[in-house]
Amino acid sequence: MITLGDYLIVSGILFAIGFAGVMLRRNIIIILMALELMLNAANLSLVAFSRFHVDPSGVPNYNAQVFVFFIITVAAAEVSVGLAIVVALFRLRRTTNVEDISSLKF
Amino acid sequence: MSPFLFWIFALMMLIFGVAVIINRNPVASALSLVVSFLALAALFISLDAYFVGIIQVLVYAGAIMVLFLFIIMLLDLRAEELRKINWVASAGGVAVALALTVQIFSVVGSFQVAKQPFPPLARSTSDDVHRIGFLLFGNYNLPFQIIGIVILVATIGVVILSRRETR
Repeated sequence: MITLGDYLIVSGILFAIGFAGVMLRRNIIIILMALELMLNAANLSLVAFSRFHVDPSGVPNYNAQVFVFFIITVAAAEVSVGLAIVVALFRLRRTTNVEDISSLKF
Repeated sequence: MSPFLFWIFALMMLIFGVAVIINRNPVASALSLVVSFLALAALFISLDAYFVGIIQVLVYAGAIMVLFLFIIMLLDLRAEELRKINWVASAGGVAVALALTVQIFSVVGSFQVAKQPFPPLARSTSDDVHRIGFLLFGNYNLPFQIIGIVILVATIGVVILSRRETR
């Protein structure tokens, strides 16, 4: 029998994978992809809680699914702006490696 | 959803998620991310969230990943050459991620509610698009309009950022 805890653990492992990707990779585009993985891990646990919280009339709690909708929208906006910044940066510096972009580093 | 299908899709999602961060070729990473998102959409559908699952396929696996692939091909990125790896930073990243995983396991393990199976749904709950639409345009009308402004600002910002300087 699949329980709520199984979904939460899978979502937590996915979040940890995305986090490790942000920490380990040096390519900006891969870092953006790992950010997407973390956002999706949060979505999975939201939907699992939505399914777990069932009304007496037998309807899941749709507030969490509306929240997932908002997260997906914000993620789409974030990715489009992020990739536009990467393209602008690539035009200036010819690189997507974060170690080569250190002008603002203290 | 049978436990077998759940574990198949969960493992598929996690394995391709790991493939995203260990592939050296950015195109292979992006395609692994597509497979990971498709498996995640299957998990959403297993939770009776049909609308969210379909949005996941259309918006993430469709639109966002095509944008990623388009940018990777526009920038003509090759597979990264091997650089000297900063072992201290890498070990730190892996250690923090492992600590996070262990923490999640212990918290979920001691969370009594999480050991109960999902309660059954009433028969007539396949109209989730209808219900989400009512919530979106009723209770969440103001956030919905704000999100529209966010999308508009992002669109204008992208156009301005990617414009070539004309002097």
